[in-house]
Amino acid sequence: MTVDQPHYKTSDEVDFAIIGSGAAGGILAKELSTNGFRVVVLEQGPYLTEADFTHNEIEILAQDKLTNHPKLQPNTFRKTPDEKAKPQRALVYGRCVGGTSVHFTANFWRFHEIDFIERSKVGPVAGTGLMDWPITYADLEPYYTKVEWEIGVSGLAGASPFDPPRSKPYPMPPLPVKSSGVIFERAARKLGWHPFPAPMAILSQARPGRSACVNCGFCLGFGCEVGAKSSSLATTIRKAERTGRCEIRPNSYVHRIETDANGRVTGTVYFDEKRNTHLQRAKAVVVCANGAETPRLLLLSANKQFPDGLANSSGIVGKYLMLNSGGVVTGQFEHPLNDYKGFAVSRVLHDFYELDPQKVGFYGGGGLDARFDFTPISFAFGGLSPGTPRWGKDFKAALAQEFNRTMEIFCHGTSLPLENNSFSLDPDLKDAWGLPALRLTYKDHPDDLKLGNWMFARAHELFDAAGAQKKWSFPAGEQQFAVHLLGSCRMGNDPKTSVINSHHRTHDVKNLFLCDGSSLVTSGRGQPTMTIEALAFRAADLITALAKRGEISA
Amino acid sequence: MNELNRRDFLLRAGTGLSAAWVTANWPAILSAATHAHNAAKAMPPTKYEFFTPEEAAEIEAITARLIPTDDTPGAREAGVVYFIDRGLATFGLDDQKTYREGLPELQARVSEVFPSASKFSGLATEQQDAVLHSFDEKSNAPRPAFRARSGAQNFFETLRQHTITGFLIDPDYGGNHDGVGWKLIGREREHMFQAPFGYYDKDYPGWQPATKEAEKK
Repeated sequence: MTVDQPHYKTSDEVDFAIIGSGAAGGILAKELSTNGFRVVVLEQGPYLTEADFTHNEIEILAQDKLTNHPKLQPNTFRKTPDEKAKPQRALVYGRCVGGTSVHFTANFWRFHEIDFIERSKVGPVAGTGLMDWPITYADLEPYYTKVEWEIGVSGLAGASPFDPPRSKPYPMPPLPVKSSGVIFERAARKLGWHPFPAPMAILSQARPGRSACVNCGFCLGFGCEVGAKSSSLATTIRKAERTGRCEIRPNSYVHRIETDANGRVTGTVYFDEKRNTHLQRAKAVVVCANGAETPRLLLLSANKQFPDGLANSSGIVGKYLMLNSGGVVTGQFEHPLNDYKGFAVSRVLHDFYELDPQKVGFYGGGGLDARFDFTPISFAFGGLSPGTPRWGKDFKAALAQEFNRTMEIFCHGTSLPLENNSFSLDPDLKDAWGLPALRLTYKDHPDDLKLGNWMFARAHELFDAAGAQKKWSFPAGEQQFAVHLLGSCRMGNDPKTSVINSHHRTHDVKNLFLCDGSSLVTSGRGQPTMTIEALAFRAADLITALAKRGEISA
Repeated sequence: MNELNRRDFLLRAGTGLSAAWVTANWPAILSAATHAHNAAKAMPPTKYEFFTPEEAAEIEAITARLIPTDDTPGAREAGVVYFIDRGLATFGLDDQKTYREGLPELQARVSEVFPSASKFSGLATEQQDAVLHSFDEKSNAPRPAFRARSGAQNFFETLRQHTITGFLIDPDYGGNHDGVGWKLIGREREHMFQAPFGYYDKDYPGWQPATKEAEKK
């Protein structure tokens, strides 16, 4: 934390209260405070910094130091709305300053043109809510570029023939290739496919106050001790603080947005660390709490005037949730890959980004990446080849043989938006603060599963071309655990089928804005953070313009 | 859900989340095994904080079957019993009961299967394995006909997970003494590396755009 952070009183009516400090919240905080507004960022989790990050697998992963805690914040799950949901850990998200961008993989693909106009291009998909975005790739392109240069994304422009147009190259070269990447690249080329260096939100070259990646090997799931991962913590939050107009207020669990008789937002109610309740007054509120907590907050804010929840005249807050389809095919090779070194992913391919439903028999598309994202302990629990004994001499021998010779091909794909798939409030289960717990309802569309299996078959072909000694996968199954939290308060021109307009303003409440994974209209092909961040930069420009024209407070 | 079910679920469901899913669903009991960083840096102590010396000998004997010593060090050399002991005495209070109740059940099983023996640690290794298989409901090995008591199964599973954790955790955090677990799997102790990393990238010539010939294939 910097010394020049202001400390606003809760009774001060700040210009913007931003809820959540993750990928989108960090950018909005930085942009709005830079543009002269007084901003308070309310973050559920603690303010951890590089000094707090370790490679202790127990503390970071098993004890959820950086993420939502299953005991304090329990969830329930059911497949369909006619079932009673059962208590089960249903999602994980970053719960600290910087949000999920602190511990994520940092795969940083842009969406392609098709993602914005898919409904027009492939036509309606029966029984789904697939629709076009109210904006196009061209609208977002300048902001994708802005993300790459502002936060630091490494990559190689023009390396993929399937890339959408870009106005500027990457600000820095790709990270080094791993053995998994070389195996992937050579085999994919044998098959006539087009692998390319993975675009990653990890620095390949140092920036002021931030080291280039040191390839420590504890990346996915961990915070970066050297600031190489381009999280909001390492980038936009720090810049927001330096404006002197932005206060980051950690351990602040917002559970209600207040409205006045005119249906306008007046502030946000939150618990502090000691569970005392406060009301932070604000002229406008921007919710960037992620695709689960954002709809939950709107539903928790129901009142007489908004009985179904705030900004929910459409009744679709929390619905049309998309988690991205896909899964993993694992392979083993003769010689050591040592793929635990470095970051997760060094090569990607997008040959299957846009499949023709007439040819393949299902809607969708995806990408493949070459990775290894296990730690030593998680590998011993979940990475060994099928049939390996769970203990004893042969278990030990498998650990020695397999840890360094294993790589994964991750198949990322689309999810169709279905009205039944949602985050909602559980009617019975409460969190540690006495608030209704998140309930996940989810059943993959059959096409999502077909796509998954189709992509797995491509990954198997790739491993065959690579001469893998062993390879395995399991048929794509219905998901019941959420990491990518997309589409649950989606953007659109029609207030009946969307929650926010193309300016991220809710259709129902003039001074309430939403920007995070919940804003997405389609799921993309599996790497949503880049698009969430581009949307956040764009939203900041639009919100600034509205505020300067006096159209928010009026 | 025990760990194997989790893994089955992960793989079969194809949740799309790979290791992210595994780590997000770490057994809660594992989290209890942690302990203070400063305690961790020390050499294995010679005194136990939770176990009696007799109990420790039994626990160590079990860990030594879970990850045995052969031509390379196993759980015994990694000091796993000390890791578990300190975990149970500090953050792992919730698991104390599992151990307190599980150990007598194990001893009872030993006497049941091998009436002439009284202690697990006194059995031959084949006999020890037979006893452990009888506790491991996920084991593929043939096991005695009787059903294990659920408490004992829970004890076995807890101990199995704690043993793996104590064997493979970063040595800076209190287990994996002398880094023997990481030596086994080939994970170097450093936390900074430079390319090339492995066999397949060591001769990589650098990124080349695909050639026209390659395109035609």
